[in-house]
Amino acid sequence: MNELVFFVNKVLIAGSIIGSIYALGAVGVTLVFGILRFAHFAHGDLMTVGAFAALVTAALFQQLGITASVPTGFMALPVAMIFTAALAIGLDRTFYRPLRANNVAPVVLVMASIGVTLMLQGVVRLFAGTATRNFFTVEDKDIYTVALPFELAQKKIVITEPQVLLIVFTVIAVLCLHFFLSRSRLGKAMRAMSDNPDLARISGINTELVVWTTWIIAGMLAAAGGTLLSLDVTLKPDLSFSLLLPIFAATIVGGIGQPYGAIAGGLMVGFVETLSVFNWAVLLRPFRSLTAELFELPTRVVFVPTEYKIVVPFFILVAVLIWRPTGIFKGRLF
Amino acid sequence: MNAVHAGYGGADILNGVDLAVGKPEVAVIVGPNGAGKSTLLKAIFGLLVVNRGSVDFDGTDITNAAPQKLVTAGMSFVPQERNVFETLTVEENLEMGAFTRRDGVNAQIEKIYELFSPLRDKRRQPAGELSGGQRQMVAMGRALMIEPKLLLLDEPTAGLSPKFMGDIFSQIIAITKIGVSVIMVEQNAKQALRIADRGYVLVAGTNRYTDTGPNLLADPEVAKSFLGD
Repeated sequence: MNELVFFVNKVLIAGSIIGSIYALGAVGVTLVFGILRFAHFAHGDLMTVGAFAALVTAALFQQLGITASVPTGFMALPVAMIFTAALAIGLDRTFYRPLRANNVAPVVLVMASIGVTLMLQGVVRLFAGTATRNFFTVEDKDIYTVALPFELAQKKIVITEPQVLLIVFTVIAVLCLHFFLSRSRLGKAMRAMSDNPDLARISGINTELVVWTTWIIAGMLAAAGGTLLSLDVTLKPDLSFSLLLPIFAATIVGGIGQPYGAIAGGLMVGFVETLSVFNWAVLLRPFRSLTAELFELPTRVVFVPTEYKIVVPFFILVAVLIWRPTGIFKGRLF
Repeated sequence: MNAVHAGYGGADILNGVDLAVGKPEVAVIVGPNGAGKSTLLKAIFGLLVVNRGSVDFDGTDITNAAPQKLVTAGMSFVPQERNVFETLTVEENLEMGAFTRRDGVNAQIEKIYELFSPLRDKRRQPAGELSGGQRQMVAMGRALMIEPKLLLLDEPTAGLSPKFMGDIFSQIIAITKIGVSVIMVEQNAKQALRIADRGYVLVAGTNRYTDTGPNLLADPEVAKSFLGD
């Protein structure tokens, strides 16, 4: 029974957390892919910048004495989301739009986004240094434990407040996105432009407005993903590199240009990653007494050591590209 | 439009074309492949650069105006290929046609269903799943959502069976009865010219013959050169 609790803690909860982070990032990447038709490599850095914006705002709130029952970092989230949305629009106008106006090949935009990545990394290090930051230096992180009523379970299910907030936020964000894309005029226009940009122009759709909306949504979700991840663990300046590959794997698994696919892809990559680094031998422990006379059960059965965790999304990416490049939800192939 | 020279940026494809249509009339453009018929429509709708000459609409010069502006001015364009949003439902396609409208969208959708009755049952189906004839109806319906004064159609019967061809032409006549002018490029010259108030035969980027449709059909020289048997 203890082992089951261990499984819930280390796989179900941990997988949902990291899966939700990947999903939030992947939705932004897939929307930019679908509407602007290029791979936005600077997305990991949008998430990092958003987290830093939240950190700064939270520190400001604490200085001013603003508190609430939720962590200050979470209260700072709306500010960080707006800031990152504005940054995304600014980056587009400065770097990507002039290139688009000259009808460049998509790979040129990808290169530009790599340049933007390096630039943002440098700017963040310039202002915030290279140290790892913690959101909870002044206040404490609330930890909830759930004791199970079974006799055999001495271990408790552990979930922290930031983790609860993350899951709630992700669910609400997904619902809002769904209603936006399926019910609102602007959401439908986004889907139309992703489907057929020439016809969208011919139909009189305001393509400029759709582009703005894409960056706003992508920026807001990126900020949320980065901030909520940093609330869960810590904020490292090189967060972007460790997020970029899983997020792109999630995007391609779900189908390029398919927002629901990105969410499914993010959760899938998160869970596969978590299951790969999980020590499955723990689940065999209850059977140890049964087989003790016959043979020795292994104490450690792990597919991927934790330090090599990044291999998992890489493997998923390669496998999807070989076997089903269009992804789960049949996105486009560029 | 007067004396239009236009092209895709390289060599000019249109070399001095004149065309006019009143309201509500049907103007049909026919001619051999490569004569520049589709190019002409794209030049009117601002999808190509017009190098020389001018295009007027309702008294205003619209040469090289952006497509979105022309939609608000009351002009609609139905391209020959990829003319529906395949992943959107029929009804969503129509709604996208009405993007520039603020009011009366639902009423207009109803009118479109009256005009193209098979679409009503398919309103929630993705447009990509429809047959060619139904897709063409969606494409034209989408263009009619803004209640345009002028409708540009690029080979509306391309790839359709003869039965649907007849349907499309009667629908076009019905559209003119509502008060919409139509400029239509057609490969099926004989059938199209039958309903044409003005017919233009285009060859190698310039006007060759201009008359009413029935007159062109009756002209033995035109019939021999361009209309086959």
